[in-house]
Amino acid sequence: MIRLSGLTKNYGSFVAVDGLDLHVPQGELFGFLGPNGAGKTTTLRMIAGILKPTAGRVFIGGVDLAVDPIAAKAKLGFIPDRPFIYEKLTGAEFLRFVAGLYDQHGAQVEHRARELLALFDLEEWRDELVESYSHGMRQKLIISSAFVHRPEVIVVDEPHVGLDPKAIKILRDLFREYAARGHTIMMSTHTLATAESLCDRIGIIVNGKMHALGTMSELRGSATYGGSGLEEIFLKLTGENAARNLMDVLDA
Amino acid sequence: MTETHLPAAPAIVENPDAPLLWILTPKYLTARARAMAGERGRGARFAVLGVVGVLFWGFIFGVLYKLLSYFKGVPEIGELLAGKLLGLLLVSFFSLLLLSNVITALSSFFLAKDLDLLVSAPVDWLRVYAAKLLETTIFSSWMVVLLAVPMFTAYGMAYDGGWGFGPFVAFTFIPFLVIPSVLGSAVTLLLVNIFPARRTRDILSVIAVLTAGGIVLLFRLVRPEKLARPEGFRSLVDFIAVLRGPTSPLLPSEWVQRSVMSFLAEKSDALSMYMLWSTAAAFVVIGALLHRTMYAAGFSKAQESAERWARVGIMQKLGMRALAPLGTLKRELVMKEVRLFFRDTTQWSQLILLAVLVVVYVFNIKYLPLKGEGITFFLVNVVPFLNLVLAGFVLASIAARFIFPAVSLEGRTLWLLRSSPLAMRDLLWAKFWVGTLPLLILALGIVAVTNYLLQVSVFMFLVSVLTITLMTFAIAGLAIGFGTMFPQFETENAAQIPTSFGGLLFMMASICIIGGTIILEARPVYGFLSARAFHQSENPLEMVLGFGAAALLCVASTVIPIKVALRRLENTEFG
Repeated sequence: MIRLSGLTKNYGSFVAVDGLDLHVPQGELFGFLGPNGAGKTTTLRMIAGILKPTAGRVFIGGVDLAVDPIAAKAKLGFIPDRPFIYEKLTGAEFLRFVAGLYDQHGAQVEHRARELLALFDLEEWRDELVESYSHGMRQKLIISSAFVHRPEVIVVDEPHVGLDPKAIKILRDLFREYAARGHTIMMSTHTLATAESLCDRIGIIVNGKMHALGTMSELRGSATYGGSGLEEIFLKLTGENAARNLMDVLDA
Repeated sequence: MTETHLPAAPAIVENPDAPLLWILTPKYLTARARAMAGERGRGARFAVLGVVGVLFWGFIFGVLYKLLSYFKGVPEIGELLAGKLLGLLLVSFFSLLLLSNVITALSSFFLAKDLDLLVSAPVDWLRVYAAKLLETTIFSSWMVVLLAVPMFTAYGMAYDGGWGFGPFVAFTFIPFLVIPSVLGSAVTLLLVNIFPARRTRDILSVIAVLTAGGIVLLFRLVRPEKLARPEGFRSLVDFIAVLRGPTSPLLPSEWVQRSVMSFLAEKSDALSMYMLWSTAAAFVVIGALLHRTMYAAGFSKAQESAERWARVGIMQKLGMRALAPLGTLKRELVMKEVRLFFRDTTQWSQLILLAVLVVVYVFNIKYLPLKGEGITFFLVNVVPFLNLVLAGFVLASIAARFIFPAVSLEGRTLWLLRSSPLAMRDLLWAKFWVGTLPLLILALGIVAVTNYLLQVSVFMFLVSVLTITLMTFAIAGLAIGFGTMFPQFETENAAQIPTSFGGLLFMMASICIIGGTIILEARPVYGFLSARAFHQSENPLEMVLGFGAAALLCVASTVIPIKVALRRLENTEFG
């Protein structure tokens, strides 16, 4: 459903994403991990069509994003890490607007919007302006907007930022169920426990390159990353030895 | 269990050697980084900017220099007229500065993103005040400074000011910029403290707009056209008395005018200079004291200005129904634009200013002395033609307020539009038509009303209507084009977007296109009117060429900027 081929992004001389190849098949929930600045957000924003790749291709549902961006994006729902939305629209109006962008309207959209808002405890806020929403409420609204048009593929960047524990639990269940129904989800996260328990496969990106890819048992089984938990594997890959002596830091 | 004792960290004290404006370092570094950053097409953009800028400066300088040279040749009253003109220009500068300072101060003192950091840090109040005042002064004054350069150059050259004139003007102009900046900041500070916190931002924008409307109306009441008609005075002595008398003795603009004109007449006017600098100094001190006592409370209040309820009325339902034929996507885009506009007080409140502008404009036309002795058929028909220039200028100012900011206002929500299957063409389509249709209705309205008041011929009526229609499209195209090429995605205040660098460029480009259209049409119109007035035959080729070239210019000014904007929007990345 998502296929990346030699995906590269340069910012001047800095290579943020370096020839990434990846295939996330239909019905898979894929976890995309990596330390800060590894290239996760850049990759996801290229998949969403917000950033243009320096080289390489992005296919969504078999459609080349560069060749037919409209058809490719019609299959996609994107949830960014920063909840910037129109402050002067109400929650319900925002969902209706997003559905309209995907050429969907009518009773079914209204029904879905109502259900999604209720799921995230936003029903009472549906007719209030977004500018009065808290950070977490905005994030919930954006998550709802990605589901309102029922995309084949959902790309999520750090979905848990700002969410309360109840919403995190709901989101986990929602992702799991959505993938089980044959949709594809690619999610970047720093919450390793969530990735470990939720994702079918995990990819770890470091310095713009994929350093590890596989199911949890495949990653565990690999002699290279040897260890029992995702945290150990992650730290091994991303260089836990670089952690400085805390005392030295605090005494400075 | 062992307890770890961390050694006591050395106490952090405020660096007494840090310059007073240390707070502005990030802004300076940001500007420097932006200036150094290499970007594709940057050279071409700056070349266009340079050419348009030089043309605009040349135009202002040329007109003023010619006028001043003429004044210089008029005995007795020539210099008085030059002084009066300078006074009027400076009063308008002062009003502009006052208004833009109120708007800018709201952003820099109360809404800017760096304020959370500054207010929570152990930064001395005086440093915050000094830095933010300087920021406010720079952001709200640069446009006036750019306009003042060709103006003073014309005065200096026409009256042989010599090399010392430039530094003298700079020395006179600095307090002239500081005074409205302190006043604007103080007014904002008082308002933020007085009004209910929730509505501060909205009330302030309405007040700013009402002030601007008041200033425009005041200008109309002063009736500056009296000066152009000396026959309206009982005697020449009366006329000279009016010229000699101060326009507004208590305004800093009068002090600048007196200083500058005295310098040019090789006389000394120490009092005016003293008034300028002492007033500026006193205002800064009073402003600082006000800031010290009221800023903390005001800042806290300004953070609570979110509005909760949305008004969903019958108009929206009607709008949804009326727009149904456009299809879901376009209907939702248009409805979103309309909702955001009418729910954002900083936006809709500008309609008040627009109304004032239009009323003043129509009244100016109504009171034009186009009846009586010496008024020919020729003059009666030329005035409506020149009226198009003014109408075009009014439309350009409106487009700068409402169409130019359209793309910038998408700001950080563009991630949504870019990741959805929305063609950027459709987005620009919605922005263009939502802005252009009301503008066109307004344009046709004012041209029809003013032409009716002027009782023009059918030919001039048709020329006016067609020209203003084409001009409206061109102005809207330019507004969308420049607004996309020079976006202000990070702005905290919509009212500030038109005063940006791109906004100025848009105004300059619009004036060039309006001027170009009128120049191209001048010859066929002149030919037609001459033929009518002096019973000669008309030249059809001249008319086809003239009107055709004008139409081509307008169509090109509509299409090309939109195409450039589309390409730019499609290639813009949102990291």
